[in-house]
Amino acid sequence: MTDYNHAKIILEAKKLEAWFGDFQAVKGITVDYREKTINAIIGPSGCGKSTYLRCLNRIHEEIEGARTAGEVLLEGENIYDKKVDVVDVRRRIGMVFQKPNPFPSMSILDNVVIGLRLQGISKRSTLLETAESCLRKAALWDEVKDKLSSMGTSLSGGQQQRLCIARALAVNPPVLLMDEPTSALDPIATAKIEELMNEIKKDYTVIIVTHNMQQAARISDFTSFFHYGNMVEHGMSSNIFTNPKEKSTEDYISGRFG
Amino acid sequence: MMKLNYRLYRKTKNFAFLVLTLGSAIAVLIPLFMIIQFVLVQGASSLTLDFFTELPKPVGELGGGMKHAIVGTICLVILGAAIAVPIGVTCGIYLSEFRKSKLSKNLKLTVDLMSGIPSIVIGIFAYLMVVVPLKSFSALAGGIALSIIMLPIIIKTSEEILKLVPDHIREAGLALGLPRWKVILFVVLKGEISNLLTGIILAISRAAGETAPLLFTAFGNMYMSYGLNQPMASLPVQIYTYAISPYKEWQKQAWAGAFVLMVLILSMNLFARYILTKIKDKKGIS
Repeated sequence: MTDYNHAKIILEAKKLEAWFGDFQAVKGITVDYREKTINAIIGPSGCGKSTYLRCLNRIHEEIEGARTAGEVLLEGENIYDKKVDVVDVRRRIGMVFQKPNPFPSMSILDNVVIGLRLQGISKRSTLLETAESCLRKAALWDEVKDKLSSMGTSLSGGQQQRLCIARALAVNPPVLLMDEPTSALDPIATAKIEELMNEIKKDYTVIIVTHNMQQAARISDFTSFFHYGNMVEHGMSSNIFTNPKEKSTEDYISGRFG
Repeated sequence: MMKLNYRLYRKTKNFAFLVLTLGSAIAVLIPLFMIIQFVLVQGASSLTLDFFTELPKPVGELGGGMKHAIVGTICLVILGAAIAVPIGVTCGIYLSEFRKSKLSKNLKLTVDLMSGIPSIVIGIFAYLMVVVPLKSFSALAGGIALSIIMLPIIIKTSEEILKLVPDHIREAGLALGLPRWKVILFVVLKGEISNLLTGIILAISRAAGETAPLLFTAFGNMYMSYGLNQPMASLPVQIYTYAISPYKEWQKQAWAGAFVLMVLILSMNLFARYILTKIKDKKGIS
């Protein structure tokens, strides 16, 4: 078993709460994530996992009536601090969504490099290099290298999702959030994405929400179990799945509810 | 027996409904084709090459054309579009991208009301605002009047087009660490430019056929004019003037004008729709 105790803490949530209007979806989560690990969040539908994840890069606040409280520390700095630029936060904490969402009317290449291009990087060789390395990391390069100029939306669902991963990696965020990235995909595409997650783990910290417990057990180093907006249990995945401390965690992972 | 009766009843109802809907559909087409046929027969027979190259001749003289009115209409429409397009598209962006704001909700109502203003009222408005202070009918006044006709159409189509862009596309842009204005301009808008153009062409084709707003703004002119501060001829006004005249020659010219105007507007419309379908094919949306 790998020892993570010496790994640097990169992201920390402190008493993080989130609301939609009057409804409190996330009820005070405190947890830390270590660098270059995969962290799974599991729990029944509507338990606030996605909302929690969306608080970590401040995309939650884009929804009308949404608000948050508490702190999220990225490398020790609170991203909810008034002095912090939200654009900068999102550049350092990337996100992959549940539904593959490549930008329509943009080529595969443009989809990958748009983040860099709009940051003002226009040198073609740099962009091409980044595109290739990110598409390789996303295990998509071999499938698209001959058609970089075709539309991103012309790819299959699984390829589109890997394209979205490449797009997120292109801005090189140390932390990558994934909101059920494989729930819309078939088992083969899912396997490809799990494989690539193991690869990108070498350079990035991944926090992934998933409904698939086998997936969480397979790929993650740490797992948190969420229930009714609370974090019931958090720990090494090997412990959570073999020896859960809480009764509700055990019930959930053994399929007795949820 | 019961069953058979019921089936017959159901089939009859079905047939009756089909006849009703099909009948209405045909009823809509009849006036359209009659207008086209009428203008085609009357207009094409009066149309000569001179129509495009000559200025009007005095009553009694044969020949002459509406070169000045064709050029005038083009100038007025370009002027109107130059005013309406930037304001309209930006306003549409505001309505779509900042739809939560209170101003946005009020603005939407205003735009809806604006599209319901009779065009003659817009003409009077432009007359009071531009013609009276400048003490002269002018192309400028006509262009402004046309831009007010175009504005609500451009705003509405831009808003609708941008609203069709799903929110997850915006979120994906924001999640890349792009500032909102860049997401709007380079992600949301970029994919929709051709659609926006279509809306603009539709607005232009609508304004190109308007007579009322031009009657006492651009006023009309029997000679070629390019000056913004001078009265300018336009096809609709020229058609109106000629059609109500008692002279047979002029009436024929009016038919020819109507034909040219109709072809102009129809082809603009068809062109816009053609682009639209092409884009949709390319995007794979039906």
